[in-house]
Amino acid sequence: MAQAFESKGTEQDNTAQYLSFSLGSEEYGVDILRVQEIRGWEPVSRIPNVPLYEKGVVNLRGAIVPIIDLREKLHIPFTEYTPLTVVVVLQTNDDTKTRVMGVVVDSVSDVITVDKTKIQDAPDFGTKTGNEFISGLVSVNECMVILLDVDKLLKLEELKMSEG
Amino acid sequence: MTIDMSQFHQVFFEECFEGLEAMESGLLNLDTGAIDAEVINTIFRGAHSIKGGSGTFGFNEVADFTHIMETLLDEMRDGRRKVTQPAITVLLSSVDCLRDMLTSIQAEEPIDAATVKKYKTALEIELTGSATAAETETETETETASNPPPVIALTTDDSTPVADEVEVEVEVEVIEQGWKIAFCPYLDLLKTGNDPVRMFRELAELGDYTASVNTRDIPDFYELDPEECNISWILKVVGDIPLTEIQEIFNWVEGDCELDIQPLAIETAKPLPVRKKTEPEPAVAATDQPIETPAEVNPEDDESEVQGADDEQANAANVILVDSDDELPVDRRVASNPVRMANDGEILTDRRAAASSSIRVDTTKIDALINIVGEVVITQSMLGLIGENFAIEQLPQLQRGLSQLERHIRDMQQSVMNIRMLPISFVFSRFPRLVHDISAKLGKKIELKLVGENTEVDKAIVELINDPLVHLIRNSLDHGIEMPAERVAAGKPETGTIELKAYHRGGHIIIEIMDDGRGLNRHKLIAKAMEKGLIPENSILSDKQAFELIFMPGFSMAESITDISGRGVGMDVVRRNIQTLGGNIEIISDLGKGTTISIQLPLTLAIIDGQSVAVGNETYIVPLVSIMESIKINEKMLNKIAGKGETFRLRDQYIPIIRMHKIFNVRPKNQSETSEGVIVVVEGQGILCGLFVDELLGPQQVVVKSLETNYRRVEGVSGATILGDGSVALILDVPGLVRFANRQLPVHSLNA
Repeated sequence: MAQAFESKGTEQDNTAQYLSFSLGSEEYGVDILRVQEIRGWEPVSRIPNVPLYEKGVVNLRGAIVPIIDLREKLHIPFTEYTPLTVVVVLQTNDDTKTRVMGVVVDSVSDVITVDKTKIQDAPDFGTKTGNEFISGLVSVNECMVILLDVDKLLKLEELKMSEG
Repeated sequence: MTIDMSQFHQVFFEECFEGLEAMESGLLNLDTGAIDAEVINTIFRGAHSIKGGSGTFGFNEVADFTHIMETLLDEMRDGRRKVTQPAITVLLSSVDCLRDMLTSIQAEEPIDAATVKKYKTALEIELTGSATAAETETETETETASNPPPVIALTTDDSTPVADEVEVEVEVEVIEQGWKIAFCPYLDLLKTGNDPVRMFRELAELGDYTASVNTRDIPDFYELDPEECNISWILKVVGDIPLTEIQEIFNWVEGDCELDIQPLAIETAKPLPVRKKTEPEPAVAATDQPIETPAEVNPEDDESEVQGADDEQANAANVILVDSDDELPVDRRVASNPVRMANDGEILTDRRAAASSSIRVDTTKIDALINIVGEVVITQSMLGLIGENFAIEQLPQLQRGLSQLERHIRDMQQSVMNIRMLPISFVFSRFPRLVHDISAKLGKKIELKLVGENTEVDKAIVELINDPLVHLIRNSLDHGIEMPAERVAAGKPETGTIELKAYHRGGHIIIEIMDDGRGLNRHKLIAKAMEKGLIPENSILSDKQAFELIFMPGFSMAESITDISGRGVGMDVVRRNIQTLGGNIEIISDLGKGTTISIQLPLTLAIIDGQSVAVGNETYIVPLVSIMESIKINEKMLNKIAGKGETFRLRDQYIPIIRMHKIFNVRPKNQSETSEGVIVVVEGQGILCGLFVDELLGPQQVVVKSLETNYRRVEGVSGATILGDGSVALILDVPGLVRFANRQLPVHSLNA
């Protein structure tokens, strides 16, 4: 689905659009076709015994949608939520089914159009930096935007059921 | 043209199966002796519309076949022919054959010509011969070496399989060359120490053998339990092998698997659409399961299908079920939607994915819904009018409008739920045949009474309750009701009675199966349980506890295992299935007088009654069914047990406490978490447990939503719901919580 739109939605095949948002001083981008909506932060219902970055679930027009704190997921120090904090609701394809999840980010910046050929691979910093979610780097107005792979980013970790 | 027609096929098949069902029940009514012209008419009409329909759609085999039935019925209707027992039997088996043909067509498989021909001949003989001549002829046809019971075809004697076959070969022109064995072990087969490979090796020694493995039920790798047997096999052994030798090999696993041994027919190399239902075909009678009624076949197949899911379901209790509501419509729903479809065991397996689920709804229900929708629209426009030029004086009017809207919406919710409700007769209606067939086979006289067939219950439940009921009824037939002579000796009427009763009580439907048989012998039960080591020696049990024993896994009254009730799902599975549905099962038994099994089920799975409780700042919902009572508690009532957590005394019992704060890592509202709070006493999987929460917020009905749609399964939680303020509350899965807590306790004691 997303693929089909991707080729149709852009004029040339080698450009793609990304929604960029900020986390602290860094700029990130996600494929705009995966963005379902952008909402303000609202309190969640906590889910017991899951990783800290899985903040809980909210009611999104009758659907139960999990909310993930992207700062914590990417090991960026946590900040208190402010009225500016937003939740980007993303669609993710997990093996066979499509899920809807929200990620908490500091603020949404822009929609950027990127020449696909200009996307660089992320440099390898070793294993611990959360590199696996990064699909590439691109520079927009002299600023670096880190492009995230939504599916990998939102793949839920398996829980060991016996551990609290 | 074909495409145009094919869109009506589904409807045609539904109607046919409906017609067949009507014919079947009509024929069974005739069976009881009273010959009623109206009943014959009903049967005739059924046959007639099938004939008409199949002619239209170009299913000429069906039309031809039905034509002969119709002719026969026509003569009966006009009184030109007597209604005899053999004629009814032939007609009944023809109905089965017809059903087979239709399912074959539906599945786009070739019709099994040999079987059809056989029944056709039987019908023709019945038609041409005089009543008496027909009788003898049918007898020779279907079973030469028979003792002459009234229901010939259905009571084929399985003790002389080989002899039977030889005679049949001539007539049916099917030469048997081996056996096809469907072997579907239960999950715990390996735990009983049985090794399928060993059995296959033995089979291979008997003759030329091929096996095909069905790996469909294997779960994902991380869910895979290497000790469980998740695969099933279809084995073919070619050669002149007596059935007994094959049975011997599988002797040890009886009761741990679904086993179906069928002769291989050369003519019909394709794994026959004949299937098991063709009772009167002696070839089938020669297997170890001489009588297989549709209803009987079905649970087995379904069971094996669902089996894999069962265990997972047990863990997730309600979750999965609720999910199945949303996510598995094809898997479960379809099965019996036009309930008749469920009658065709195997085909169904393949067709599940293809067939779409539909529901037949009483038009009055739709009309009611439309009425309410009309009301809602009117109220809405009234509110709109008020809103356009709102002045504060109109406030009372606005409030009135809103309360009206609320009422209408509640009505609307109810009538939409109503549409999903089906009368329980969808399940009950297949039991007369089951009872008829089995009682004939057992040589017992049994009357089945159905009460409250029009009691309505959610469609999902109707579909899931079938298997457990079949099992329970078979149990009653086999173990409950005594042989006629025994009954007379005990001073009871010769004919036993099984009453199947359904009624509403509170928000539940109660299904009762009452028999006036021999009842459960508690001493025997206890002795057996001790012998099997299920309970300690010298235990003293109440009647209730003793009867509960039959629900224990691994418990069986070995002496009474027969092919009717010893091989299907065990009582523990029955209970587990019912519990997964959020229900309850109870046994009351009076030795010598009979047994009553009563099943309590919620009316729907989509909405449950819950008690909302506060834990810290969180709200959770505890399903009301699992709550026994709630007690306000203080420090003094708690007892600590070293390293094992806490208990408190409820009357004479010490009950372990699960602290919701701890297990869910919730910050307590006030720091004095130990002293103040409420204990909600819940029952999960037979264990009483106290959930320590901050306070009770009140009962409410909640709409169950799946957490897994977008998220994951969470331990101790069966789902989520949306509260009045739009926030999400988790619904607790009590059995899961108890399991979870038990695993957690040691960890906590280390920390403490």
